[in-house]
This record gives sequence, C-alpha cells and structure tokens, in this order.
Amino acid sequence: MNRGDEAAAGRTGSVNGVPAGSPGRIAAKPALRRFHQARWDEKLIFELSSPGERGVLPPLPDAGVREVAGDPVADLPAALRRSTPPGLPEMSQLHVLRHYLRLSQENLGVDLNVDVGQGTCTMKYSPKVHDRLVRSAKLADLHPLQDEETVQGVLEIIYRLEQMLCEISGMDRMSLQPGAGSAAIYANVAMIRAYHESRGEAGQRDEVITTVFSHPSNAACAKTAGYQVVTLYPDADGYPDLDALKAAVGPRTAALLITNPEDTGIFNPRIHEFVRIVHEAGGLCAYDQANANGVLGITRARDAGFDLCHFNLHKTFSTPHACGGPAAGACGVTAELARFLPGPVVDFDGTRYTLTTPQDTIGPMRPFHGVAPNLVRAYSWITSLGAAGLREVAEIAVLNNNYLMKRILEIKGASAPYAPGRRRIEQVRYSWRELTEETGVGSHDIGLRAADFGTHYWTSHHPHIVPEPFTLEPTESYSKADLDEYAAILAEIAREARENPETVRTAPHNSTVHRNREDTLDDPSAWAVTWRAYRRKHVAARDR
Amino acid sequence: MTPYRVGVVVNPVAGLGGAVGLKGSDGAAVQAQALRRGAVPRAGARAALAVGELLSRLTASRVDLLAIAGELGADAVRLAQAVPARELELPRSGDGADTRAAVRALVEAGAQVVLFAGGDGTARDVLAVRPVVPVIGVPAGVKIHSAVYAVNPRAAGEVAAAFLTGRAGVRAAEVVDAGEEGSPRLYGELCVAALATRIQQRKVGGTVADPDSVAGIAAEIGALIAGGDLVVLGPGTTTRAVAAALGLDVPVAGVSAVDRGGVVAADVGADELRRLVRGRLAWIVVSPTGVQGFLLGRGNQQISPEVVRDVGPGRLLVVSSEAKLATLGGRPLLVDTGDEQLDYEISGFVRVLTGYGSTAMYRSAT
Ligand SMILES: Cc1ncc(COP(=O)(O)O)c(C=O)c1O
Repeated sequence: MNRGDEAAAGRTGSVNGVPAGSPGRIAAKPALRRFHQARWDEKLIFELSSPGERGVLPPLPDAGVREVAGDPVADLPAALRRSTPPGLPEMSQLHVLRHYLRLSQENLGVDLNVDVGQGTCTMKYSPKVHDRLVRSAKLADLHPLQDEETVQGVLEIIYRLEQMLCEISGMDRMSLQPGAGSAAIYANVAMIRAYHESRGEAGQRDEVITTVFSHPSNAACAKTAGYQVVTLYPDADGYPDLDALKAAVGPRTAALLITNPEDTGIFNPRIHEFVRIVHEAGGLCAYDQANANGVLGITRARDAGFDLCHFNLHKTFSTPHACGGPAAGACGVTAELARFLPGPVVDFDGTRYTLTTPQDTIGPMRPFHGVAPNLVRAYSWITSLGAAGLREVAEIAVLNNNYLMKRILEIKGASAPYAPGRRRIEQVRYSWRELTEETGVGSHDIGLRAADFGTHYWTSHHPHIVPEPFTLEPTESYSKADLDEYAAILAEIAREARENPETVRTAPHNSTVHRNREDTLDDPSAWAVTWRAYRRKHVAARDR
Repeated sequence: MTPYRVGVVVNPVAGLGGAVGLKGSDGAAVQAQALRRGAVPRAGARAALAVGELLSRLTASRVDLLAIAGELGADAVRLAQAVPARELELPRSGDGADTRAAVRALVEAGAQVVLFAGGDGTARDVLAVRPVVPVIGVPAGVKIHSAVYAVNPRAAGEVAAAFLTGRAGVRAAEVVDAGEEGSPRLYGELCVAALATRIQQRKVGGTVADPDSVAGIAAEIGALIAGGDLVVLGPGTTTRAVAAALGLDVPVAGVSAVDRGGVVAADVGADELRRLVRGRLAWIVVSPTGVQGFLLGRGNQQISPEVVRDVGPGRLLVVSSEAKLATLGGRPLLVDTGDEQLDYEISGFVRVLTGYGSTAMYRSAT
C-alpha cells in the first residue's frame, strides 16, 4: 500500500469521530465515496490475436448458388482486390466481448461519475431510451445511397430537427451535416469566405476577430481556412473589451467568431454592440453556441444580430460525445447566406422530402447526410422535453452552476478570476492559484487525486490563461446531492494539499494507470494512434 | 549499476532578509542587519526537503550526493538523514564567490545535475559559472523571479529524480534579478531540468517557451528578413528563441540587429543602432517584460526614442505568446522611453504578434 492509501484509509476510518467499525454504530452520514478502478493488464487487441481463431464462420454458398453467381470476388476490378489478407486480429466472439468489457472497467466514464469536471463539454445524461430508436432496424438498416422515396421517415426527422433548431436559434436554415462542433465552425468560416467572395471582397477581408476566452476552435478554424486571427483580451471588468474591438475592426475584417457565454461562463452583456460594430465594418458575425445549455429558450443568436451560429448536438442536445468519433454539429444561417450551406439539405414540398444541394454550396463537410443516429437522438431529446422543457433545462443548468460556484468558492484557495462577484451562466473557469502558491500542489494534481474519489476534472485549454485552472459545468442532469458530493471532494483534496501534499502530488492511487507521461502526447515521434504506428515507433524501435 | 551523482550547494544566507521584512539578502550589511533583527537561516532546511524528496523517489537506485562541506551543502544532506558520498572542502569568502566556486567544484566532481538553494542573486552566481550540466533551483531566497527555480523545495527534488531517470527533459530558463530602481532585469539563461508543472513559470512570465507560438512568430519575422529588411531584436527569451528558430544566435540580454545575411551586430548600444538603421527599411521587435509588461524603457534602453523615431513607431513589432500576455493579469503593456510624445504615440492599442497569422489587440499605456 502506498502512502496515499494509508493516509486516505486513516481519514475514512472514522466518521464524525466514531470509528467506522465500532459495534452497534452505523455511520449517520457516509464518508466520501472511495473508488478503485479494475486493473486487467489488458493487452492491445492485436496482441490477443490467435491465428486461426474465428468470431464468425460464414457458411459457404450452396452449390446451386455458386453455379449461378460464380465467384463474386472475381467480378471486382483487380485494382480493388487485396493481394494479401488484412492484418486483423483473429479472435472468438467471447474474447472480443471480454476484451472490451475489461477496457470499459478501466475507465471512469460519463455514466459512472458526477461528470461536471469536463467544463465546456456539457456532460449531461444521454437518455438510454433514445438508443432504442437508433438501434431499430428502421434506422440501423438504412443505407445512405438508398432512393429518397424509401427513406422519407429519416428525411422527415432531419427536416423537422432543422426546423426546431431554427426556432431555437432564430436562424432561417441549418445544415446538420458537420460531424462535430469544430466542423460546424469550419463550415461557418467557409461560408463567410464564400459570402465575401460573392461580393468581390475576399482578398481585402483577411482578418477574423475572436476573444481569448472564446473556444479555441474558433481561432483554429479561422487559421485553417487561411485567415489572420486577431484576439481580444478582457477589459478591466473581465468582459470582452469593446474598445479593443473598435481598434481591431476595419476594411480587413471578415468576421467576428465569438462564444457567449465565454469559456469563463461570463455572458457578454454588450454582445449587440459587438455585432453592430462588426457589421458596420462590413464583417459577418458567427456565434459559437456549442454550449447553449444556459441560454436555451432564453436568448437567440439571430435576435442578437448574428448572421451564423452553430450548435453541438453532442452537448446541449444530449447525444454522446463519442471521443473523437462521430458527434454531431449543426450550423445555422440567415436566409441571405442559405445558398452557401454545406449540402445536401432536406427540403419539403408539402408531400415529399427531397435532398437538395444549396445553389452556391461550400461543398459537403462529410459524406452523405451527417451522423443520422445522433440526429435522431437529438430529435427525440427535444421532442421529449418540448419548448417549455428546453427553457427549464437552461434554468436548472444555470441554477446548478451558481450553486456549485458558491460551494467551490467556499473552499480556501479556490477563486473564479474575471468579473468577480458576478453570476455565471452554465460553467465557470476556476483557479487554484492561491492554493498552489501556498502548497505547491497544482491543479493537474488535484484533478488526478479526484479520481481516487470516483470523479475527475479537466483543467482548461492551452495555454493556461487562468493560472492553475479547472473548469466545471454542472448541467441540469446533476442533483443537489451530486453537486454537494463533488464540492466536498474538492474541499477534501484542498485540505489534503495543505496537510499531506504528497498524497495529492502522487495521485491517483487507485487507478489502472498511475500517471501518464503527458509530454509524449506532444511528441509526434512517440504518439501512436494506430497499431501500425505503435509497432513502427515503439515495438520496432525497442527491438533494434 | 552506476550510481546517480547529484551535486548539492546551499547559499546559507539566502532568504535571511525576507522574514524580517527586507527586500533581499544580498550584501554583508543586509545579512548582518537581518541577523540582528532575529532572522533564522532557512536555506539549508529547504535544501534538505529537496534532497529528501529526491531520495524518496529513487529508493531502488544508488544516489551519490556530492556536497560542499558544512552549511554550504553537507549539513542539509545530513538534515535529510542522508550521508554525502563526497564532501568537498572549499575556502570560504562569505559572498557569491562561494556559490561560484561550489558549482565549479561539483561539476568537476562529476555531478549529473546540481541542486542549488538560494534566490535570484544565487542564480546569477550559478549563471556566471555556465555549468555544463543542468541545474535546478531550490527556492530559498527572498526574491524568486528567475524561472530556474522549482515551484517549491520538494518539487526540486522531484524534478531532479525525474531528470536522472529520463522522465524529464531540459530547457533554457531565465535568470532575472532586480536591477537598479528595483525593476527586474534579465541576466541570461541557465539550462535547467524541467517538468512542465514543477518549475516556476509565472513570476516573470519569462520562460514563454511555448514552441508553437515561437515557431509561428519566427515564421512571420523570417518573412520580413527574407524581404530584405533589417530587424532589431530586443532582449528576452522570446526574441532569442525566435532568432534561434531562424538559425540565428543572439545574446539573450542585449539588443541585436539581424538581416538576410545573418547577425549584423550583437549587443549594441543606441548610437550604433541609429547608424545601422539609417537609410534602411527596419523593424524593431520587442517582447514585453513579464508581469510588469514593459515594452520600452526597461532593460532595453538601447532602443532609445531616437532609434524608434528613425525606424518609425509604426514599425515597432511587439511579440509575445498568449500565455505570457496572460501573466499580465489584464494590466496594460507599458512604455516609458523618456520621450513623452513618443510614449503617447505608442499607447492605446497595440497589435501583439502571438503566433503564425495571429495577433492580440492589447492595451498599452504610459
Ligand atoms: C464553445 C465551444 N465551441 C466549439 C467546441 C468544439 O466542438 P467539438 O469538440 O465538437 O469539435 C467546443 C468543445 O469543447 C466548445 O466548448
């Protein structure tokens, strides 16, 4: 047992001074939850391969069939045929199932913990009942190349979801094709460029303005599209600096890309003025509404004057985040910009749904029609709540956030920099600066120690503008008891940082992996996201 | 297995002044005053924490501690309940020369990394030796502005252990100390062992080494140079890293001029600069001093108001990573060239080049 465990065991060994194991006494209040991850020493699936083992043995075609059909592989053009079989793992079904179940136990997943620590990610409950719709053969067995006539049902869902998102944002049209938030932001930037091109101003307008606390995807997408990025810093009150905006706009301004509330949870009360100033300079305004959870049914992008906006369906609208896999983004525009939307989009003539490509489309953002299963989940989520329900979601999310903020700020050493004393919308970027200066224990360590209590947090995007940051976003899914538990965990870790910093600095103690070497994540010669790359960079290198 | 060899040196008077309300501990008079006021030496105890941490992290290996005898190192090792493998006896002079001689002796004795306990003044002495192995500062002084110090004593031990076992790299970190009038001055860079979150960054916002922004800024400056312009580079880690990314080696503490042909002049004064920029398209590239945010007038007086006017105030290029700007905590950038009219012209909003194709619109004031 390492030191951290002993310390922790000592602490939970008594409750309110009563030894936990005393005969006849039951603790009035449970101590903080302890968590211990399973450890399976599981190999990579490729290393589990056993030559000749099979998960499925498809029957050979009957003799009669073979006579009629011949060898179907021979019908494939030679260029499409592999000369060697693919190097896939050879395993039975049981072994595959066991492998993934083990991996799932070595995880601290969204449905296991009070997942409020992934601020900006809007972790909320994804109702499992929606998965029944997604798994239904009516959706699962569809093929994107099927004739439109045969998929009217799913086209109707996409069309109606677009209508709802238009209602929620005030925009005139939406594309549901982007695979995630950043893809939707990129689509918006591409439409902005197409708009300026259509007016012969694309060459002149080469700058995009954003704020330092807007999500970094905005700056990144603008740069990827070839724009110069101008970043605004907060003013003395902690709000985006209006004077800096005035100094930044001009004939080179293509657009403002802005998040509101910003990643700090602070709502920009002068957003109308930002939009007006950029419009007067001839630029467009795009609203990053990835985290719309706190303003749902309360404010609308179009009402604030924006020309474009986007939603992350995998945040606000409850669909799974999918960890780099298919999420779902939606980008919305005014009628004036609708002809540039990525396509195809779904149109309805009163009787039939059809797929049409907008006249001056920027082109597809991904193949076919977006991530259909997530569109169905988002549709189910919205319809199950209704308009009043959506507003209630926002109200509870904001209430939860401000309640949690109060609890967190009661912890000595924690603070919420910028706009002090003001309420936040749906999340807060906090700082442990004071605690770190006092104890030497940093935010990263505290986030890892939280894993020993069955939860975790993420710090913030890089660079860390807020020192020793952590970002909490308690959506409507969490109860008051959940939030109390979370705050109690952080209070406990802050106490440990003062009294036994070693326990925190060497955490986590009960996880599958003790600490990752994070520097290798930034090292292209070390990272390996495929088996092939792993073999080349690590196995081969070791054998040399 | 060959043992790890770690050098330990303590500046025994570091930190004396702090506890009794003095601004530093440099100089015999201040030290005597501090002792009179009841100051208790603490540098040795801080070094012992670092040594203890180091040993607790390397229990499976043999660690040979090389220490200067007495309160200059060996006492701290014993305080950590360890025994020095070698004790080096050195003549004492009671000032910075002791630190310099000690670091030289430890490197000669084969230390792979040197732990030194002290403050900014101690760091300057270590810098003067230019040790060929990485060092790690154990913060014990009153003034800790230099980025060569770990965030606390134990962290210094942790970093040393990580370095010895190949889990931490090295990087250049700034040595900063109060110059005249108390404003921080950059003295140079030391090679330190570093784990991202364990080595102090924030005080001067100095070590900006955010590789992405440096490479991006370098690409933009490189384009100016390729276009045939002369570029005057102010002092600092950022400008030096930018020059390095362009294959140019300029001193970290001085002002240099570069162009397509390479370094035109290094560490030059105002008159020389005026001569260099005469009749040429030129740019002045400066990076703000950390925390205080001075663009002009602190530590770079060589870039005099006349030089700025000769080049043209519109050709003053401010470069900084976003992270370093953030260390200003929202305070404006400052200019104090001694020419009020010029200061006024530069104040307002400046576009700070923060990376490739990226600028920040940032307030500046006089
Ligand atoms: C405000 C904001 N915008 C954009 C994004 C990017 O979305 P995605 O991760 O789906 O690409 C995020 C994700 O964290 C976000 O919080």
